[in-house]
Amino acid sequence: MKKTIITVVGKDTVGIIAGVCSYLADNGINILDISQTIVQGYFNMMMVVDTSGAVKSHNEMTDELKKLGEKIGVIIRCQREEIFQSMHRI
Amino acid sequence: MLNIFEVSETNKMIEKENLDVRTITLGISLLDCISADLGNCNQNVYEKITKAAEHLVAVGEEIEKEFGIPIVNKRISVTPMALVGASACRGAEDFVTLAHTMDRAAKAVGVNLIGGYSALVSKGMTQADEWLIHSIPQALAETERVCSSVNLGSTKTGINMDGVRLMGQIIKETAELTKEQDSAACMKLVVFCNAPDDNPFMAGAFHGVTESDMVINVGVSGPGVVKTALEKVRGESFEVLCETIKKTAFKVTRVGQLVAQEASRMLDIPFGIVDLSLAPTPAVGDSVADILCEIGLEYAGAPGTTAALALLNDQVKKGGVMASSYVGGLSGAFIPVSEDQGMIDAVTAGALTLEKLEAMTCVCSVGLDMIAIPGKTPASTISGIIADEMAIGMVNQKTTAVRVIPAIGKDVGEQVEFGGLFGYAPVMPVNGYSCEAFINRKGRIPAPIHSFKN
Repeated sequence: MKKTIITVVGKDTVGIIAGVCSYLADNGINILDISQTIVQGYFNMMMVVDTSGAVKSHNEMTDELKKLGEKIGVIIRCQREEIFQSMHRI
Repeated sequence: MLNIFEVSETNKMIEKENLDVRTITLGISLLDCISADLGNCNQNVYEKITKAAEHLVAVGEEIEKEFGIPIVNKRISVTPMALVGASACRGAEDFVTLAHTMDRAAKAVGVNLIGGYSALVSKGMTQADEWLIHSIPQALAETERVCSSVNLGSTKTGINMDGVRLMGQIIKETAELTKEQDSAACMKLVVFCNAPDDNPFMAGAFHGVTESDMVINVGVSGPGVVKTALEKVRGESFEVLCETIKKTAFKVTRVGQLVAQEASRMLDIPFGIVDLSLAPTPAVGDSVADILCEIGLEYAGAPGTTAALALLNDQVKKGGVMASSYVGGLSGAFIPVSEDQGMIDAVTAGALTLEKLEAMTCVCSVGLDMIAIPGKTPASTISGIIADEMAIGMVNQKTTAVRVIPAIGKDVGEQVEFGGLFGYAPVMPVNGYSCEAFINRKGRIPAPIHSFKN
């Protein structure tokens, strides 16, 4: 399993989760966990996804999700899980 | 499972607090490039560097994208050139050709700096060492990316005062040759006492002879992260202060360790060390001086600065050591003047002097770094400044360094502009009394008593 963390931050609006999820479904990426909060009116979502079945490379996915975010008006980031694991878990 | 707050914390460090990996430095041994023929030697050096570092920049960029963390610099350090060129070079001019080859190779692989135009002369100088040192002004003036360093002393050997005297003159000459660009070549030249073999930071990086053929060393950074963490514990006790720095240093270093391991795996080159240094940049919020202010000083340089810096340096090490499997290089807090906006402000305000900086170097890594001094400063006075700094390193069994920029044609009150990561620096006053008779003595200062441990 290759875990990737997708974070979405921005102004809350209709269809953010739907937009991201359909992109992931179209690209063979399985969602393992979603958590979401609203902080001071800002939408904040984190997804843990498994990219081992993904057709596209990490780089392509990062760029496409970034573009998708720009379309919806949010910032979407796509980072390998290890950076968070190494910082927050011993 | 990770939670959303941990993920947000990491991303906030990257976006708002300038957390980055300052450098991935590929160390390359050039000992197998040695040849009695200068043409062959140059060709061997070029081929070895360009082949070894072929994928360095691409791999660095890939890691940046995958983890979402900026890797500011990708660099190369090589075996001290005085050793590599000893057989082929018959004079200073010959060594300059090797500097050009290093520069060409660096450009070919796309790294922004290459270190190792160096000589290790802590006890004495060979003829090749002397030629290399004499070639430094021309080599640095004519090349763009080559960095030079000279090790002038160590706790085990004492201080090579002939080398110290010579380097005062060489720094002055280097400044003269690039006076049109605010003596900028001096930024690429540093002298050391107890120089580490595995330092990933420029200008002092070289690949020591005790290292393997190739090695990946990583330098992390993150003064902004430490500063932000400390904002939350204003007025708390020293215990809380120290714990906060330690925990933050741990987190920052873990990122460095991850990047180092990943780069090592992708390039199939062994991982050497992570350097724990807090390295500032001129960017707002990326300053070591700001941390000192957050600890409780009005300006860096105020009474209490040395104690605050000692505490900071020690806690950074304590937090970082556990976060990495191999720690090395310089590992501590850097206190360059021009590369740190908080330090520049302190100098401009009159809070920070050269003498206070010297005291600060007793308790942190490196030494007098990126300091502009009046262009009229005599070479012997520069040698005196170097000798003082070398003595601190020798006696305290630590690395110390001097990177001063004699700003030719400029005096106290004016400033020099370097641009980019190097920033700008106000010209600082230097004690005007002479040390010429001291510097003109021949020979070396013996090793201190505590070096005799055998």
